Amino acid sequence: MIHLDHVNKRYPGKREALTDLSLELPDGEMAFLTGHSGAGKSTLLKLIALIERVTRGTLLINNVNLGSLPKRRVPWLRRQMGIVFQNHQLLYDRTVFDNVALPLVIAGYRSGDLRRRTRAALDKVGLLDKERQMPITLSGGEQQRVGIARAVVHRPPLLLADEPTGNLDPALSREIMELFVQFNQVGVTVLVATHDIALTEAFGLPVLSLANGRLVRDDFRGVDDGTAA
Amino acid sequence: MARRPERRQSQQRRRKPQRAEKRGRGARVGPRLGAWLQEHPRAALGSLGRMWRNPVASAMTVAVIAVALALPGALWILLKNAQDATGGWDSGARISVYLEPGLDQAAVERAAERIAARDDVVVVERISADQALDEFRSLSGFDQALEALDRNPLPAVVVVQPAGLKERSPSALGDIAGQLQGIDGVDRARIDLEWVERLYALLGLIERGVTLLALLLAAGVLLIVGNTIRLDILNRRDEIEVIKLIGARDAFIRRPFLYGGLLYGLFGALLAWLLLALGRALLAGPAARLAAAYGSHFRLDGLSGDETGLLLLAGAGLGLLGSWLAVGRHLRAIEPG
Repeated sequence: MIHLDHVNKRYPGKREALTDLSLELPDGEMAFLTGHSGAGKSTLLKLIALIERVTRGTLLINNVNLGSLPKRRVPWLRRQMGIVFQNHQLLYDRTVFDNVALPLVIAGYRSGDLRRRTRAALDKVGLLDKERQMPITLSGGEQQRVGIARAVVHRPPLLLADEPTGNLDPALSREIMELFVQFNQVGVTVLVATHDIALTEAFGLPVLSLANGRLVRDDFRGVDDGTAA
Repeated sequence: MARRPERRQSQQRRRKPQRAEKRGRGARVGPRLGAWLQEHPRAALGSLGRMWRNPVASAMTVAVIAVALALPGALWILLKNAQDATGGWDSGARISVYLEPGLDQAAVERAAERIAARDDVVVVERISADQALDEFRSLSGFDQALEALDRNPLPAVVVVQPAGLKERSPSALGDIAGQLQGIDGVDRARIDLEWVERLYALLGLIERGVTLLALLLAAGVLLIVGNTIRLDILNRRDEIEVIKLIGARDAFIRRPFLYGGLLYGLFGALLAWLLLALGRALLAGPAARLAAAYGSHFRLDGLSGDETGLLLLAGAGLGLLGSWLAVGRHLRAIEPG
């Protein structure tokens, strides 16, 4: 699903954020992306979500080369993935339902279909009873679950999460991670960036670890050079 | 070149996780028209809702647009009414063709025939030199003085009227008069209603002025709408970033702003129409009294159906264009990152 081949990313006027990164996240797998802040986790997710472009090397998402993807095809690619953000990125001027329905509205679903799918996604994250509320009235954990419902409502084959549990207590974090595991069990490829080592160990899932822009641990290839924190 | 394979993959990808599920006839089945029919009302309603939720700001924008549209509209109505009111006056326009004094009877006849032979004028009256002298004598009271003259100093006159409507415009009248003066035996052709010509020149000047003013104010409407939409875009910057991240196409993001501009323009035009109707209602009474005092049946006209349509179209068009200009410039600058 995600394939990186000798990828470099350099921001103008700064040091290299990613150096010679090669990794592979196979279809239907779930992995944690770990590393200190500044290790390059966010940069990697930005490259995958096409917020940033690769400086050198090849990045394929489901065999689509992002390096040669024209700008006007970017929305199409982004609709193939769901993204969960640390700060939820909800729209606070509309209801929970409208937030979750947004990807379906963008994709042009009709009202009946849209309502059914949105409610199914809300049901999945346990917020069906709050669909008419405004996001600001929800707790942090609930807001994050709204964000997750929005990321999966259009059933993307790839789910990305950037520090989805960053602001949550351990019990809530576990709940959220379990949601991701459930999506993975129905065939969604999931990549979760987190610095919460305890959480990753508790789930026992493959880990990809970055340090200073390099891959230092890759459970898919059995590489662990021991410098990972 | 990379497009084709990508598309094929996307279809495979879409199908795979959803294979088990029954696909309803919604969503992507025949999606183009269905989505279009759904997305446009959605975007329009969304824009309307946003205006409704910011009533003060929206009302002010609409009011400014209304004033900018009502001003040239009012001048246009004024001009139209002035033209209507003076429309009957030039139908009485006549040209007095003075023949050279002292022509003999045969020469007078020849000149008169040549004038009568023209298509563009109709001879209304012929006044011979003798008739003219009689008339002058009876009206002026210079009997004795005229007795002292040894011959008639007055010329024969042929009074003509423009034959058709199109010869009635001031410029056509001037042309005809010029041509009449070229006829043998004609001394001078004088348009009797030169002041009509001056009035029309004045109205022409005002019309040009109204056109220029309308263009200026149209540019003003563009700027007002453009600026409103620009502020709207900046206010919703975060929202736009999120929607782009979720995979919205540019057209999808653009649409509510374009509808917003269109609605601002349309509502502005509607309000302008109301202002004009109100102004006309307030002026109708005094105008009727003025007309009655002059014994005229003149009635103050408002905008016709066509003109109302044009006003609304202009408002909506200017709003759409203004937001288009703003959207093109500012949306591109917003990228998630």
